[in-house]
Amino acid sequence: MTQLRERPVDGAQDGGPAAPTRRGRLLDRLDRTGSPYLFIAPFFVIFGVFGLFPLGYTAWISLHAWDISGDQGFVGFDNYATLFGDPDFWNAIFNTLGMLILSTVPQLVIALILANALNQRIKGLAFYRLAVLAPIVTSVAAVGIVFSQIFDRDAGMANGLLHLLGVPAIDWHADKWSSWIAISAMVNWRWIGYNALIYLAAMQAIPRDLYEAASIDGASKARQFWAITVPMIRPAVLFTVIVSTIGGMQLFTEPLIFGQGGFAISGGSLRQFQTVSMYMFEKAFRDFDYGYGSAVAWMILILIMILTLINFFLTRVRGGRA
Amino acid sequence: MRVRGQRAALAIGMCALLAAATACGGTDGSGQDSGTTLVVKTFGQFGYQDLYKQYESTHPGIKIKEENIGKLGDYAPKLQQWMASDSGAGDVVALEEGILIQFMAKPDKFVNLLDHGASSLQGNFLEWKWKQGLTADGAKLVGLGTDVGAQGMCYRTDLFAKAGLPTDREKVGALWPNWDAYLATGQKFVAAKTGASFFDSSGSVYLNMLMQQGDHTYYDTSNNLVIDTNPAVKTAWNKTVQMIQAGLSGNIAAWSPQWNAGFKNGKFATIPCPSWMLGTIEKQAGPENANKWDVAKVPGNGAVRGGSFLAVPTQSKHQQEAAELVKFLTSPEGQIAAFKAANNFPSSTKAIDDPAVQNYTNAYFNNAPVGKIFGESVKGLKPVYLGPSNNPVNDRVTNALTALEQGKLSPDAAWANAVDEAKRVAK
Repeated sequence: MTQLRERPVDGAQDGGPAAPTRRGRLLDRLDRTGSPYLFIAPFFVIFGVFGLFPLGYTAWISLHAWDISGDQGFVGFDNYATLFGDPDFWNAIFNTLGMLILSTVPQLVIALILANALNQRIKGLAFYRLAVLAPIVTSVAAVGIVFSQIFDRDAGMANGLLHLLGVPAIDWHADKWSSWIAISAMVNWRWIGYNALIYLAAMQAIPRDLYEAASIDGASKARQFWAITVPMIRPAVLFTVIVSTIGGMQLFTEPLIFGQGGFAISGGSLRQFQTVSMYMFEKAFRDFDYGYGSAVAWMILILIMILTLINFFLTRVRGGRA
Repeated sequence: MRVRGQRAALAIGMCALLAAATACGGTDGSGQDSGTTLVVKTFGQFGYQDLYKQYESTHPGIKIKEENIGKLGDYAPKLQQWMASDSGAGDVVALEEGILIQFMAKPDKFVNLLDHGASSLQGNFLEWKWKQGLTADGAKLVGLGTDVGAQGMCYRTDLFAKAGLPTDREKVGALWPNWDAYLATGQKFVAAKTGASFFDSSGSVYLNMLMQQGDHTYYDTSNNLVIDTNPAVKTAWNKTVQMIQAGLSGNIAAWSPQWNAGFKNGKFATIPCPSWMLGTIEKQAGPENANKWDVAKVPGNGAVRGGSFLAVPTQSKHQQEAAELVKFLTSPEGQIAAFKAANNFPSSTKAIDDPAVQNYTNAYFNNAPVGKIFGESVKGLKPVYLGPSNNPVNDRVTNALTALEQGKLSPDAAWANAVDEAKRVAK
């Protein structure tokens, strides 16, 4: 490494122009210290314009009373104060967290089992590996429409199957638990394959001799899975947990399409499945209270950060003990 | 102003980036006299296609491009964004009466049509329709009326026959001189067990009754929310609850896929239909159900639901041309053409009395004389004042009714929920 880094300096002294001018040396220095920044600049410029600026601007709006005609004056943290006393907001948080658990936990557990199965020597492996990835290329809207039909009250497949088991028809939109199950089913179906593939990649990087040693010591397949596979793929698990948490906090399209009708953004007659992103949209773009909507948006960001930190520490602490 | 400066800087930056590929603002065409394109933003169906062609042929150099968004619920927020950001609204925008009030509070965002010679057109319009588009001081005319949502009651003849009810539209209309009689008819229908419900969901029936109750609904004319003190609201609510409890509702949310399919499969026997909804029914029920749907008079005395205006946003670069187009589209002739194309019932008295409207029959609906049916409904009409958050409040009341239909709330709890939600959204 040191060799590589020093070589250009040597080159400049040996094979360079006979007498390096002051200007040439300056350009050379500029090239070496400045150009890396130039190379990474496109990302940071775009991030600044489309990431950082909207973030700051949203914070600015959230401190104002801001309706369709624009700024109606600075109100400080009034929007946030109202938000903390707003039962619809807390209901949306509750729904979001509920669906987050209902979709993330089964999603990751099933993905883990699936990845383990795909890590075995079986026939047609390539086909299966491709097949689990198919749902992810389906558009969210299509998933939403198809699953909404499956969970239709009058003519849905879910109720049809329940009927065969002698269970009376369920109005999936009417209750929290039933609507959450329907929406989580969409999320799970779409993302299980993606997570399974990430786990699979991590599993393939585990040295085989660990398993051989464990086999010689008489460890069962199940014990090998929990004692070797799972700890070894912890970084991948952490990644998927964080990504699905963020995805879950931003859940929007699936419940919106599931909702249907002219006022679908309310997420059910009693807001049974209104997520916090839907609530943000309702406030900002249906009630045209941009200040309030921006405050909701910032609360979502803060919540995601808190949840990510919790996830991070949980995985760290557990990892440290293992 | 600072914000605007930043935006301008950004826009200039983007222009510089794009300069190689395209010229910024090239569509303006201000350099030449020919090639002005007017962008018209609409929702639902306005039935203007033939009128555009006619206008283009008589006004050389003008091209018209309509940009349509299907659902009003999707159109309204987009329009708000365009108006708030002063860009994207095009040259002519459609304003539905429920969202009009919000925009009337900011008349500066729109061109005063009185400055473009609209004052002489007052006699063309129903008086209250004209006044709706006028600011309180009468100095600014924000929008010119297009249609009014004249009401009828659409019904399935095959389901009525199955239930042993008359199918002739005169006799059907005679079944329900008022809403109590409509309820009694519904009970008979339900008892006949046809497998269909009497109406789709309670929201539209409720709104119909509400609009017949008096001169204001959720707001008084000083824009105070009076949902819990106005007896009109409670009367309409109570009658709706009675109907739900009698099992008349199918609990099929309006504008949902099930609702669309319901027209085709005959899932419900009646639906209160504003004139503009006939087009929707025809499209959803499809040609195989021609003559199965018919139109009768609505219970009670006349009613109106919906209806729109055309306005020119000040952000338009062709305000004069756009105002001329608006005057053309909202003229009696324009309204008659729109009525024939999309069943949007005219708000122009001249157009309503025109034989072309009066004698108009709709082939899809058993040749129902819709011109006459809706014309009578409009004449029995008293205008109803709608407050600033009228549509959001109504959305919440409809949600409470849905919760009642789902059996999730008792009538009293649903009412308390509706009032509570309404107060919070209207604050």
